[in-house]
Amino acid sequence: MTAFSLINIVLLAILVATAVTITRLRALYEAAMLAALFSLVTACLFVLLDALDVAFTEAAVGVGISTVLILGVLALTRSREAVTQRRRRLPGVAAVLLVGGTLGYASLDLPAFGAADSPVHSHPLTEVYLHQSQEAVGIPNTVTSVLASYRGLDTLGELVVVFTAGLAVVSLLGPLRRRRPTRPERPRPIADFDLADYRVIRVVSGGLLPFVLLFALYVLFHGEYGPGGGFQAGVIFASGFVLYGLVFGLDRAQRVVPHAALWSLVTLGLLVYIGLGMATMLLGGSFLDYDVLAPGNPATGQHLGILVVETAIGITVASVMTTIFFSFAGRGVSR
Amino acid sequence: MTGQLPVLQVAAPLLCAPLCVLLRSRTVAWLLFLVASLASLTCAALLAVRVDRSGTLRYAMGDWQAPYGIEFVVNGFNTPVLLLVSLSAVVVAVYSRRSVAGELAPRRVPLLYACLCLTLAGLLGLAITGDVFNAFVFLEISSLSTYTLIAMGRRRQALLAAFRYLVIGSVGAVFVLIGIGLAYAVTGTLNMGDLAQRVTGGHDNRSLQAAVVLVFVGLAVKMAVFPLHAWLPAAYAEAPSAVSTFIAATGTKVAIYVFCRFAFTVFGATLVFGAMPVGRIGLLLAALGILLGSAAACFQDDLRYLLAWSSVAQVGYIVAGVSLATTAGVSAAYLHMIMHSVTKAALFATAGLLLLRLGTVRLAALAGVGRRMPWTFAAFVVAGLGLVGVPPTAGFVSKWALVTALVEQGQWLVLAAMLSGSLLAVFYVGRVVEVAWFREPTADAEPAAAPASMVTAIWFLVLLSVSFGFDASLPAHLADAAASALLGNGGG
Amino acid sequence: MIASHYVYWTFFALMLIGLYVVISHGNLLKKLIGLTLFQVGVFLFYIGLGKRDGGSAPIISDGVEVYSHPLPQVLILTAIVVGVATLAVGLALAVRIFEAYGTVEEDEVVERDRADLATGHDGHQAAGRDSGGS
Repeated sequence: MTAFSLINIVLLAILVATAVTITRLRALYEAAMLAALFSLVTACLFVLLDALDVAFTEAAVGVGISTVLILGVLALTRSREAVTQRRRRLPGVAAVLLVGGTLGYASLDLPAFGAADSPVHSHPLTEVYLHQSQEAVGIPNTVTSVLASYRGLDTLGELVVVFTAGLAVVSLLGPLRRRRPTRPERPRPIADFDLADYRVIRVVSGGLLPFVLLFALYVLFHGEYGPGGGFQAGVIFASGFVLYGLVFGLDRAQRVVPHAALWSLVTLGLLVYIGLGMATMLLGGSFLDYDVLAPGNPATGQHLGILVVETAIGITVASVMTTIFFSFAGRGVSR
Repeated sequence: MTGQLPVLQVAAPLLCAPLCVLLRSRTVAWLLFLVASLASLTCAALLAVRVDRSGTLRYAMGDWQAPYGIEFVVNGFNTPVLLLVSLSAVVVAVYSRRSVAGELAPRRVPLLYACLCLTLAGLLGLAITGDVFNAFVFLEISSLSTYTLIAMGRRRQALLAAFRYLVIGSVGAVFVLIGIGLAYAVTGTLNMGDLAQRVTGGHDNRSLQAAVVLVFVGLAVKMAVFPLHAWLPAAYAEAPSAVSTFIAATGTKVAIYVFCRFAFTVFGATLVFGAMPVGRIGLLLAALGILLGSAAACFQDDLRYLLAWSSVAQVGYIVAGVSLATTAGVSAAYLHMIMHSVTKAALFATAGLLLLRLGTVRLAALAGVGRRMPWTFAAFVVAGLGLVGVPPTAGFVSKWALVTALVEQGQWLVLAAMLSGSLLAVFYVGRVVEVAWFREPTADAEPAAAPASMVTAIWFLVLLSVSFGFDASLPAHLADAAASALLGNGGG
Repeated sequence: MIASHYVYWTFFALMLIGLYVVISHGNLLKKLIGLTLFQVGVFLFYIGLGKRDGGSAPIISDGVEVYSHPLPQVLILTAIVVGVATLAVGLALAVRIFEAYGTVEEDEVVERDRADLATGHDGHQAAGRDSGGS
């Protein structure tokens, strides 16, 4: 117990120190790297707080996708922040004091951290999600069963948000025109730095790629038994493509997954998810009621439904993240 | 199949969004948006009839009974909102065909319709859900698609408007999230009905009070209540015309509904308006918002900014009604929500048509417009009278209801603010009319022809507003039902 | 009180640091980084609510009796995704703002808009750029 508290305190101290440093740094590359560190420490803290799925996702998103995107944008824009003017400080300080006061006031009646008798743990939800779900859904990882079945609509909404983000980035940064395959390749400027010229990087990343993709599949299908699931798998899958694009160049990466195919995949995942909901309605159940997928054997139906949902999430997330990366990277090439 | 109506309400536009992107044709995308909005209007109408006849409808997602799963709840308090949002979507669908074609690069058009479908689905979902976290998810869907739509505006100012809205909107959403978290910490549930039951009696729980504050501050951003309104003018004014018509008619209204839902049926009026001074603060901010918004509208020299600032003031009117926390007040607020939505949509649509025909809506460029395009501008004048609240327009009916509700409670200062707001409205609408009708036309170039579909949409809204002015029984019935559903048993 | 609540207070402190950056810093990218910090603070707070002393991850296995609550974890999985989606859109907007104005400092952007207004320039975007690049 003391060891736990000690690790906790150390991690929390690192988090606060990192956050403060990020606010003070005007060099944005450094700030972005520290933000990645911040996410990594957060992920460790999530593990300590028993949230393995969340830790997994935070590591993939915070350290992976977010950092790549921020670095990509810094390359496209300016990497040094102007000095914050004094007159801007006042509203920030005022907001911090007001919100801080409210939160401090709130904490006076919060149940003690980790208490077993808090409303969260004594509500009947706990019993249903932890124990009854074993019969009703039959999946050891209760996070997956709550995510995909009990609160399947939230997860659909989450997927829609990802889809919207993909739409937004493509609408803002392109490419909106389909690339003409006959267009001659632009000669690369001599000074251009290309990672594919380094044999070590080329060989290592080429060798790593199949394993990254395999791991993504493992994470996808293992989500019922251990931490993992469609979203994490999608992000890992996308990071495989991002790695390929970084090392071998955007053109080659886009030849592997053409833009049009990517867009079809983006919509495919979402359509499968909504289609599953429609199908359960046509079979006489409610929206996203997987029981009706296998009449007479609800647990099988739930398994099937959750598998379809996770796959749909994986497809859309992977293709949206890849699209977003290509959009940012393509913007750099076109300038 | 009728049992599935609540979910079809949201699923129809949600399904159309990916199809718009997949099929990539401008006409098909537009048709899909039209179909989506017609389908949701049908659902909303059928739901309204059923609720009117047999009371609350509940729909358990995935057949998991609440509070274990997510449920949709349809009741008197949200049928007006569902109808309002769907009807606005249908009108905007008719309007947008030519409006969007004139403003956007062709490649972007399917994306715009996809985002409109998503915004529609998000707003409808926000209005229909009975789960607080699910409400957050739908809030984010509608917000994220709205940021995207605003960024599609033709001027570069649209980008900054969208970015600012994104930052402040996300901060607001995170506030809502913290508030929900605090409420969850002390109740252990996310279902609105279950929360309401567990909240009763906990009025001196400090976490709960903080939850109320944080949720309401977050929603106030989305409602554009003074002093959190700063994002609104540029966002409305820089968005493509069809988009500003749609979000001006629906965006803040749905947020106000969510505020009512939380205040009356989740946290409960005794906590929010009894133990905490939310009502008094609401009235104060409403009065300030009315004065500031109206005054700022007088100084604008761009028609769309003028209308957007007037929206800030109008939010104040609605918030004032809600803050009274009386049946009359809430009913008047709903009524004004409906009436103002129709009126402001008509005004933004007209501004969009003027923009399309003239290329600019700077007031200076509008000189003599009334004489050159009398029909377009007549629509503006009639809708403008509705904004001021001149009888017999829709604006008069709802403002009268608000005045009555305020007098009932003896809120003279708010009443004074409201009346001066209306006087200022006379001034800023009058200013536009003066320029357009009594000044000599400057440009001699012939304005572009007015597309029939856009004119139809505008006149439909204008006539609707006038007919509500003569016979407000339908909106009044909806508003009364909403108020009694909110203040009565609640219905979870 | 300190022993039982210091974890929450630290999470609140993280939120506040993020909130300060969002409001007070003028650099658009820094604002977005601040927003991420703000959100992460909230994520930690939610996960903290579900934590139980001596509990383990809510993956049911033999011989384990005490589990932390799965619901906050599910909510935060959703919220993390929403957060990264918002970040991506914000970054894309920042790139476009840089291309249109040549800066990502809010104050400079506003200044340039004022200058536009003074010279009567409409701020109309060039058609080529507007159609979304190559």
